Amino acid sequence: MTARERITGSVANYVDERTGAAAWMKKNLNKVFPDHWSFLLGEIALYSFIILLLSGTFLTFWFDPSQREVIYDGDYQPLSGLKMSAAYASTLHISFEVRGGLLMRQIHHWAALLFMVAIVVHLLRVYFTGAFRKPREFNWIIGVGLLTLGIVEGFLGYSLPDDLLSGTGIRIAEAIIQALPVVGSYIAFFAFGGAFPGEVFIPRIFTVHVLLLPGIFLALITVHLMLVWYQKHTQYPGPGRTEKNVVGYPLFPVYMAKAGGFFFIVFGVIAFLSAVASINPIWLYGPYTPGQISAGSQPDWYMGWLDGLVRMAPPLETHAFGHTISWNILIPGLILPGIMFTGLALYPFIEAWISGDKREHHILDRPRNVPNRTALGAMALTFTIVALLNGGNDIIATTFNLTINQMMWFSRIGILVLPPIAFVVTKRLCLSLQRADRDLVLHGRETGTLVRMPSGEFVEIHEPISAEKAWTLTQHEQPVPLELPATDARGLKRPGAIKNKLRNRMSRAHAVAVPKVSAQDLKEIEHH
Amino acid sequence: MSSEVEVIKDPGVPAHIHRQADLDPKAEKKAERQVAILFALSALGTILFIYSYIWISEDLFIYFPVLGTTNAKQLFLGLGLALSLFFIGAGAIHWAKTLMPDEEVIAMRHEMRSEDEDRRELVKTAKQGAAAAALGRRSLIKRSLGLSLGLIGLSPLLLLRDLGPLPGKDLEKTSWKSGTRLVTDPGDRPIKPSDLEVGAVAQVLPAIAEGGHRALSDIGKDAVLLIRLRPEEFQLDAERLGMTYQGIIAFSKICSHMGCAVALYEQQTKHLLCPCHQSTFDVTRAAKVIFGPAARPLPQLAITVDSEGYLIAQKPFSEPVGPSYWERNSQ
Repeated sequence: MTARERITGSVANYVDERTGAAAWMKKNLNKVFPDHWSFLLGEIALYSFIILLLSGTFLTFWFDPSQREVIYDGDYQPLSGLKMSAAYASTLHISFEVRGGLLMRQIHHWAALLFMVAIVVHLLRVYFTGAFRKPREFNWIIGVGLLTLGIVEGFLGYSLPDDLLSGTGIRIAEAIIQALPVVGSYIAFFAFGGAFPGEVFIPRIFTVHVLLLPGIFLALITVHLMLVWYQKHTQYPGPGRTEKNVVGYPLFPVYMAKAGGFFFIVFGVIAFLSAVASINPIWLYGPYTPGQISAGSQPDWYMGWLDGLVRMAPPLETHAFGHTISWNILIPGLILPGIMFTGLALYPFIEAWISGDKREHHILDRPRNVPNRTALGAMALTFTIVALLNGGNDIIATTFNLTINQMMWFSRIGILVLPPIAFVVTKRLCLSLQRADRDLVLHGRETGTLVRMPSGEFVEIHEPISAEKAWTLTQHEQPVPLELPATDARGLKRPGAIKNKLRNRMSRAHAVAVPKVSAQDLKEIEHH
Repeated sequence: MSSEVEVIKDPGVPAHIHRQADLDPKAEKKAERQVAILFALSALGTILFIYSYIWISEDLFIYFPVLGTTNAKQLFLGLGLALSLFFIGAGAIHWAKTLMPDEEVIAMRHEMRSEDEDRRELVKTAKQGAAAAALGRRSLIKRSLGLSLGLIGLSPLLLLRDLGPLPGKDLEKTSWKSGTRLVTDPGDRPIKPSDLEVGAVAQVLPAIAEGGHRALSDIGKDAVLLIRLRPEEFQLDAERLGMTYQGIIAFSKICSHMGCAVALYEQQTKHLLCPCHQSTFDVTRAAKVIFGPAARPLPQLAITVDSEGYLIAQKPFSEPVGPSYWERNSQ
């Protein structure tokens, strides 16, 4: 036994005698993780979160979350002598006088943007591959919760510097709160300690931003990962992969090295972006005052769709009995987002209800094999993208020499017309891709080699695809639509006739598919 | 659910293909060297970081292709950090991919559902526990506990009461009173009509006493925009026209939609545009909404001049300024 082995052994013994960790470690060091690039999306979100904790802690050492008025006398000459809040002044201090301070601010901001991108793309991956199906519904809901909190956390974060742009964002948030029927102005006065902007909001959201929400994040992320661990990761279909197994690399050493290395890569890329690409240059915006604004006011991208919805809302207000209800704020600012996020959270249950499928699923779907889900996703995505585009309507209009009015009318009509078109087109595309898969399995790969037959006819030579590929293209199940009868065995009408009829119809739409190739089909074609 | 059609057979996990480094000791040595070089590059990145932190001057700006003129310290600190981090990751992954075992392993899954035996045991234990506590029988305890738990939530809610004052009439009031002078923002100088040429715009606030303090919350309601047109350009009724002075018209600068500062004035069209959500107001028609999500015109401030010829407010705003709220009487 070498000296190193002796030391490792005695440390391990010391820990195990006090925790009994050996049995658990033995099992889990060999835990198998399937490999696929799309499984890295969630990892990027996790690593961005860690980077946010690290860079954010650094920033708190100098940031002064106070709306106390100070006269600026720091290094940045253009703002010298101006009245501003201590929050804004200390952000300037971090940017210009703390060495590496600006770099850390930019790392924090870029990491936040990447965090949200990773969450959204990870969500899309989970959605389009059906990874949310039983037994993973809880994790889907936790994920939707993390997305929602991420939007709030990001908004509060970029509000903290109290610059002209972010202050305008808070003003809009305050108007949304104030628009709530009955309780709106009360909640707004409680949140801001009086009339907007007051002097307490920045310190309050600072606590929420650095303590309350990160705490909730940590708890939810822990549960999210524990469930992934416990339920074992899903895997893409392929030779040897079944619902009963998981094929991949062991945690130690391969997966640990790859995942650990990937953390540094994500951190390195964010640091590179922060070195070369300026983001949120608050010194150019100036300190916040409610009487001023800069043209082209834009929120960060993950808030853009919300702002886009608000921008395109028609000017509807109800004035009655001495009260005002602002539909132009409530619908785009609260009601529509509420419907969108509730629908997103409930989707796994809705799909299970439509398909009647109660089994566990660990093999991911190829999006084309579930045309209805894929088309619904494309529809929701189109809706959000039109809203997001309209959130930048002023920038787009100036860039492409359009008028604001043209942009606004495009969005107002597009948000109603384009999503259904996206649904139909995507569903057709999925079915066409299924047909292409069928052709490929039946007739093989086109080689591009043309042969002239003795008769003078030209034919292209097709090469059969591998058994592995044929399996991957045909392993999926083809759903059978529900057929809930209108009457029961004794000929009596079953309750909920309309509901059952609706469910049957949705189930039929969900089960539309091009028949996949069977072994018989292949045998038949061999005889030709 | 699958029907009787015979499916194509699963050929099973494909045979492992060995990498060069698995078979050729030379290739293995080469991979090892590559990993070491990647780690060494990371160390160089850290050295660049330290050098930049200590020796590059804060005031040094350099020209860098693509980026343009940029602060050297910020750039090289960032690049040093990026290199030091990235190459640790690159090294670890290259190591894992070339030298660590790459044979796929198969592990079995188990259904999430517990064994029936365990479920039965659990139900039994839960029932025993409930029976021991006699929850079912002791309804007095259950109800009083429900009451106390229901009420206890009120305490933390009540504790939040002092977060802020009640709104009261605060949202309706501004600092503008009859006779308040209009002063420039910034500068706090009183204005005479002759200071504004036709077509000019000015942001004004109500004058405050010498040495007085103007809170942001006041500016958030008091900010007013002055615009001077030729009097014949207005399309106003007599009452609204009486609120202008020699072609000078005053509006609240706080958007009636969501409270942004309505700061963009198009001189040609005489439209005011809010940069937040593009609500557009026609100045000639008392800030009537002609486009965008705002549902109400900007409140107009009646102005005139005092004995010294300075612009003053005739009277306070006749309606609340800023975004709507439940208690607002908008009829």
